[in-house]
Amino acid sequence: MTALLTALGAAAALIAATTSDAATAAASTTLVDAQIVEVYVFLLAAFTGFQIITKVPPLLHTPLMAATNAISAISLVASIVIAGAERPLFINIMGMVAVAAATINVVGGFVITDRMLKMFKKTEAPK
Amino acid sequence: MIDQQIGALFVQVAYIGASAAFILGLRGLTKPDTARRGMQLAAFGMLLAIIGTLLNHEIVSYQFIIIGLVVGSAIGLPMGLLVPMTAMPQRIAVSHMFGALAVTLVGIAEFLHYRDVSGGPGVVKMIALGFETLFGALTITGSFMAFGKLQGFITGRPVTFPGQKLINAAVFFGAVGLYVALVLTQSGGSTESGLIMFAVMTVLALVIGVTLVLPIGGADMPVVVSLLNSYAGLAASATGFAIGNNILIVAGALDGASGFILSILMSKAMNRSFANVLFGAFGGEKAAISAKSAEGLTTRSVTPEDAAMRIGYARNVIIVPGYGMAVAQAQHAVRELAELIEKRGGRVRFAIHPVAGRMPGHMNVLLAEANVPYDHLFDLDEINEEFHACDVALVLGANDVTNPAAKSDPGSPIYGMPILNVQDAEQVIVVKRGMATGFAGIENELFYLDKTSMLFGDAKTVLSQVVTEVKGL
Repeated sequence: MTALLTALGAAAALIAATTSDAATAAASTTLVDAQIVEVYVFLLAAFTGFQIITKVPPLLHTPLMAATNAISAISLVASIVIAGAERPLFINIMGMVAVAAATINVVGGFVITDRMLKMFKKTEAPK
Repeated sequence: MIDQQIGALFVQVAYIGASAAFILGLRGLTKPDTARRGMQLAAFGMLLAIIGTLLNHEIVSYQFIIIGLVVGSAIGLPMGLLVPMTAMPQRIAVSHMFGALAVTLVGIAEFLHYRDVSGGPGVVKMIALGFETLFGALTITGSFMAFGKLQGFITGRPVTFPGQKLINAAVFFGAVGLYVALVLTQSGGSTESGLIMFAVMTVLALVIGVTLVLPIGGADMPVVVSLLNSYAGLAASATGFAIGNNILIVAGALDGASGFILSILMSKAMNRSFANVLFGAFGGEKAAISAKSAEGLTTRSVTPEDAAMRIGYARNVIIVPGYGMAVAQAQHAVRELAELIEKRGGRVRFAIHPVAGRMPGHMNVLLAEANVPYDHLFDLDEINEEFHACDVALVLGANDVTNPAAKSDPGSPIYGMPILNVQDAEQVIVVKRGMATGFAGIENELFYLDKTSMLFGDAKTVLSQVVTEVKGL
């Protein structure tokens, strides 16, 4: 429940960030605001992460690692923009390599996490 | 214009949805029953984030994106499907490398991009960019080194040489110094020297990754892999700050927290501080002096038939798996033996030390793969009092985590480390390839106790023999 509330908090912060972005940048004070909100988002997410992850049992530490590894490949999002934006060709190509590397991480990470979690079973009821 | 705003709104909604999916997905991991569903939710979140990004108005052409996605999937999918469970630590290490490579490339590309933007990135973005590239680059090589050590093409022993500390310190302060200089000089717009400084900083960070992991031994890899996990997350978060993207900040923070907690837990389980794990190899000489010698002590070796007798008639068996089980791929033979004992009316439990194996939870995954139900697996705290009541403790290729010296010998390098109280069992059977010491490089008194029988050989071969013998009882 606390996790859900924190998630909502993070979401609210995200919305705040978006709206302040929309108002943008002409005045430098708005820019500072947006960046303060980013710090806010980081803190809330880190606290949420701490709360949840301390509750993950040692039994599932390897899947946890594989999963967070896959999630950390969220840099795919940034890579996609660089590969597709109007930039010099060599930067687009760097972006393409980054997209490929991050995709390996995302696809491989989630597939293997699922493969592991599929194996965890309770004792079957005697037949 | 309105179209663009609606598009931007859609992107943000997708990102918020993805953040919630990641958080709820991780929450699923707190229980084995909900874990799989949770991770499917997280994967859906990732898909949402990707779709949202594809609609970003900055994107003008899709061919490079598509090539990248296709190539990445073509490599990632077989990696996910085919890698055996025993190779999981290496796979996670190499996976960190790919993630870090992406982060670093983004950092470099953004830095180059801001050279064409008048006014430059500004202080905050330059701080984030530099941090991202610094951490990304050292995670690339650090993960590669960890991968090499786990895979075995780089020696698992701590590598040290004279002057190492000095060189490491010079490289480290060089990189940090350049980072600070970059923030001071490049924030307001670029100069010619900026490019060189940035390049040198990136190269130094790559060197740091190597020098950081080189002196760390194979048994400390659980901490290193967790730490690299944390770095990869922090680098992703920094990327978020650099490009003003909240989903990166959220996901990176979650990953950073996870890796950080795991490294702390692992260090605790080895009774060592973070700093000691990272810089412990430099104190390696001390361990050799205080370790007790085994001269004059004798072990008792038994045959598989003999071991089968004892195990077959035991009522209460606790199995202690270690890295040796993973190396021999003996988990299926272990499960067969456990089922056999249960069929004969005995009780079997597994005692899992937090740092058994090469990554957090390594043993649990292997046993789950062999169909051992997870309610048979117990943590150190849950099972340590139970060794008193157990007839046979079967130690499978575990060594340092069972060494009573951790409790009794203040001079031992592992003194104070939490261990499994295997010596409390009525009888101990140790399956081991030979008398080689564990990764701490010290003798294990457990092997010389009167109640201990040594069963030498490859864990898988030996256990299969024991299974055959128990069947014939």
